Amino acid sequence: MFGYSMAEIGNIVVMQGFSGLSMFTVLLLMALGLAIIFGQMGVINMAHGEFMTIGAYTTVLISKVAATYGFTNYYFVFAIAIAFVLAFAVGYFIEFIMIRHLYKRPLDTLLATWGLSLVMQQIFRSSFGAKEVSAELPEWMLGSFQPTPDIDIPINGVFVMVLAALVTFGVYMFMFKSRWGLRVRATVQNRTMAGAVGINTAKVDRVTFALGCGIAGIAGAAFTTIASTGPTTGTLYIVDSFMVVVFGGAASIVGTIASAFGIAQAQSVLQFFMTSSMGKVSTLLVIVTILMMKPEGLFASKLRK
Amino acid sequence: MTLWEKMKASPVLGGKEGVIGLAVLAAIIFVVLPLGVDIFRLNLIGKYLTYAFVAVGLVMLWGHGGILSLGQGIFFGLGGYAMAMFLKLEASDPLSTKIQSTPGIPDFMDWNQLTALPWFWEPFKSLPFTIFAVLTIPALFAYIIGYAMFKRRVGGVYFSIITQAVALILSILIVGQQGYTGGVNGMTDLRTMLGWDIRTDSAKYILYFVNGLLLFGAIFLSKYIMSSKFGMLLLAMRDKEERVRFSGYDVSNFKIFIFCLAAMMSAVGGAMFTLQVGFMSPSFVGIVPSIEMVIFCAVGGRASLIGAVYGTLLVNYGKTVFSENYPEMWLYLMGGLFIAVVMFFPSGLAGIWDKYATKYGWFKEKAKPVKKPEVSTSEVEAQAVLTDTATEASLATESTSVVSKKVTRKKADASPAIESNKLRGAEA
Amino acid sequence: MSTLNRRGFMKGALLGAMMAAGLISGHAFAADFPTAKVNTTGLAVTDTTVKVGILHSATGTMAISETGSIQAEKLAIEQINAMGGILGRKIEIVQEDGASDWPTFAEKAKKLLEKDKVASVMGCWTSASRKAALPVFEKDNGLLFYPTFYEGLEQSKNVFYTGQEATQQILAGLDWIAKEKKAKTFYLIGSDYIWPRTSMKIARKHIEQHLGGKVVGEEYIALGDTQFGSVINKIKLKKPDVIYAAVVGGSNVAWFKQLNAAGLNSSKQTMLTISVTEDEVLGIGGENLAGFYSAMKYFQSQDNDSNKKFVEAFKKRWGKDAVIGDVTQAAYLGPWLYKAAVERAGSFDVDKVQAALPGYEFKDAPEGPVTVEANHHLTTKLRIGQWGKDGQAKVVYTSDYIKPDPFPKGYQ
Repeated sequence: MFGYSMAEIGNIVVMQGFSGLSMFTVLLLMALGLAIIFGQMGVINMAHGEFMTIGAYTTVLISKVAATYGFTNYYFVFAIAIAFVLAFAVGYFIEFIMIRHLYKRPLDTLLATWGLSLVMQQIFRSSFGAKEVSAELPEWMLGSFQPTPDIDIPINGVFVMVLAALVTFGVYMFMFKSRWGLRVRATVQNRTMAGAVGINTAKVDRVTFALGCGIAGIAGAAFTTIASTGPTTGTLYIVDSFMVVVFGGAASIVGTIASAFGIAQAQSVLQFFMTSSMGKVSTLLVIVTILMMKPEGLFASKLRK
Repeated sequence: MTLWEKMKASPVLGGKEGVIGLAVLAAIIFVVLPLGVDIFRLNLIGKYLTYAFVAVGLVMLWGHGGILSLGQGIFFGLGGYAMAMFLKLEASDPLSTKIQSTPGIPDFMDWNQLTALPWFWEPFKSLPFTIFAVLTIPALFAYIIGYAMFKRRVGGVYFSIITQAVALILSILIVGQQGYTGGVNGMTDLRTMLGWDIRTDSAKYILYFVNGLLLFGAIFLSKYIMSSKFGMLLLAMRDKEERVRFSGYDVSNFKIFIFCLAAMMSAVGGAMFTLQVGFMSPSFVGIVPSIEMVIFCAVGGRASLIGAVYGTLLVNYGKTVFSENYPEMWLYLMGGLFIAVVMFFPSGLAGIWDKYATKYGWFKEKAKPVKKPEVSTSEVEAQAVLTDTATEASLATESTSVVSKKVTRKKADASPAIESNKLRGAEA
Repeated sequence: MSTLNRRGFMKGALLGAMMAAGLISGHAFAADFPTAKVNTTGLAVTDTTVKVGILHSATGTMAISETGSIQAEKLAIEQINAMGGILGRKIEIVQEDGASDWPTFAEKAKKLLEKDKVASVMGCWTSASRKAALPVFEKDNGLLFYPTFYEGLEQSKNVFYTGQEATQQILAGLDWIAKEKKAKTFYLIGSDYIWPRTSMKIARKHIEQHLGGKVVGEEYIALGDTQFGSVINKIKLKKPDVIYAAVVGGSNVAWFKQLNAAGLNSSKQTMLTISVTEDEVLGIGGENLAGFYSAMKYFQSQDNDSNKKFVEAFKKRWGKDAVIGDVTQAAYLGPWLYKAAVERAGSFDVDKVQAALPGYEFKDAPEGPVTVEANHHLTTKLRIGQWGKDGQAKVVYTSDYIKPDPFPKGYQ
């Protein structure tokens, strides 16, 4: 085929498969937080990307500190933890002053959070400068892992993949195996009843929103391993993440995983055979077309509105 | 009946109040601004007013229809690009492009190694076709999107997100296919329209007035539609879609119609933009401009046609002033405005105006007994939105919002005179 | 009258030359140049001041790149003012924000020229912003000093281009890498807009027609895209001798990080880029870039006196961590060239200034002496730098002087 040996093609297929997987995990990490917020609460958080940027800047700053005090090799663990906590705290605060006044007005939340994203971008710009910055990666995360001499598997990709798996597992445990998750699901299904049996629904909302933001913070930390961080980094992925969530069926975590996987693989393969912009356009077109035919998404819960 | 009485009685214009509102706006656009500012600023205002077409369309679509499209930039862009294609072809005559490898085609095509004009460019050599295209292509596009979505009852946030994705697709496509579209640079250096130099001061004055007249045409058309039975159905649909459907109406057709109409208006705005500014670029098609246009509408009052025009002017004027003096501050202000309008003034300027107009009985006292509440002037609906959202908010967050409502009312009582004066200042 | 005028002119020219040569730190001779004489077209020139505009993006996505240019232009203007200004008039800066939005550039250019009546403008960065503002400069007969290396195919009497046009940056670099690395196969990759596309077109013609090489792939990445997995795999399949890259903005960082992560570091792959300067390295990180080559006319590490002075002054003004890229240096030239042009013309009138600048040699440019040509571009040298882990490049090759040729025959 095209004058390449079977071995060469085999290698490319392996690496191509991996690059699709890698894109999948990035999309998944970003969409998970959104899926929780949108799926469970019906809130459209346009500032989701900015919460991601909080995580990314946190990681960059900690990498600088780590370089000074010489713990570069394992600073990432701290970075992820602090990124989560910070984004969680900001999310908690934002829910308190803003989001809770806008429940039941989803379109207005969309606009208000868009305003919030503009403000946050300018805060980033004023405090960290307009230039893009980059976290210094530990030595072990650079380069690639070679199972055979002709196959390179990027180590940072593997790292993000493991992280995504852990976070997804954590979200699953939280939602389905913990008291908190029970309360969240109860509130989603019937807010009045949940309130009547003694669940503090306002607090549940706040924690759910903050949790979604916290996961965005982790996504941001992971994102620094593959790209740089600037004030407007968050805007790059916001539409993609929304498409993942909507395509997957808003209230379903399994749906989010499946749709992130589908979109990432499709885009990755299309970009191999077409130009990058046409690959992206084709993927988005397919999603929009499918959504027009099946507006509730792939894995919609079988509830009637 | 004198003309004045006729106008007052016309439900289309919205009674005495509506007539005065329109007259004031007309005076501002056609007399005060042209006399008060130089041609440089006037040209800028003309540019802002092209966004007002989009905002007026959004008032019908969003304020009255409850459909939030985050993709109006698509139609603004399509209209603008159609006009730009015509002007670019006229600017690319063989004589002025003789330095190119293929003279007679637009410069960006030559840079991208195209050697002949693509087929879909050919019809844009004709002005009548271009005008036809400005009016029909975006509407047709809106019809396709609207048909696919409304027939399947996609609504609410899903519609917003999908229109946003379409805006993204179109802007990636325009940037990616630069041989055909000029890419990220857009189409620049547009000079003449049928030999008439659009860059001269006199041309700018003429285009400004044409733009203003078209805008009034759009407002009148909208007012006419809003005051018809259709307008009432639209409102009913926004508030209780199911009931309208059960009454035997095909809700989706109304939605499709209003979406197409809003698209067409946006496209006219886009075409006028190209004419007045002298170029078109993908930065008017994507997600950011589409959302900004929603905020123009929200600031003016999402249910008020005239408010939308003021909102557009005010926000853009603010943008220009602030970005000239405090570029850092601008994004804070814009973001803050978004949040404040949505959270505290969901009816925008029109809502604030109404509140005080009613309070001081400037218009309402006399106007109210004459009009039935069903007559849909913008102001009545603005009121409806306000109460609507207020009740919803209080339902959602129980006691807290009641408290905050009381607080705001108290504040309002404390300084009504100051605020209303401010408002009058802004109007004048 | 006329003798006085000529004397003034001579004096100005001499003074300008001496000042430029750094011989004297000139003082005000405003009295020799009455405002009515040096400003006949109603520009904002008074007996003591002259207004000059700076038009770059301070906000938005392009602020990343344009901040350096703003800093360099301000530094140059401050230095000029400290030396007594231009014809005894201090420069007053009117700064406008293009906000990374091309129409805003046109609007602000119009404002600078029609309302502020600035005598000249230092500004624009992307081709798109220049293309948007250009009609304004041509209609209002303004003067623009444009700092970025760009695609060429343009020559306006109202613009002086202080960066390189495409052929100046591309041909000599390709010649060098073909000879040095015995490269035969090339993979071209760039962001998807006019500058990379034009550059790659020229590169392809040069590779195929003059170097006897082969282009095995040509790829364009959407602006802002950060996923390069598929592209990198395509490159791995083709195994080119050289990757020739013009990726810009945020994509640049992702591109290098992912290239390295995929095992294509400089020990395995030769790459020559025409879009990475010291500014970009900040974001990319030296460790991801070490060993790759850039073709630029200026590198911060250049070891000549004028550059050392410039770097020192820049760091003193903008902080010790500030870095200086190719465009930043080119932006620094703008105010100095303008000063020289006004002094050669003995007038601020745009037409006279335009006519006076071509033929001028700026000996003290940090990059080394440059000459303004009749086509409003500069004759400069091309340098190849090899990046180190510290984010600085070692200059490994310096070409002869290359004349600018914005409309290259045989490459279109």
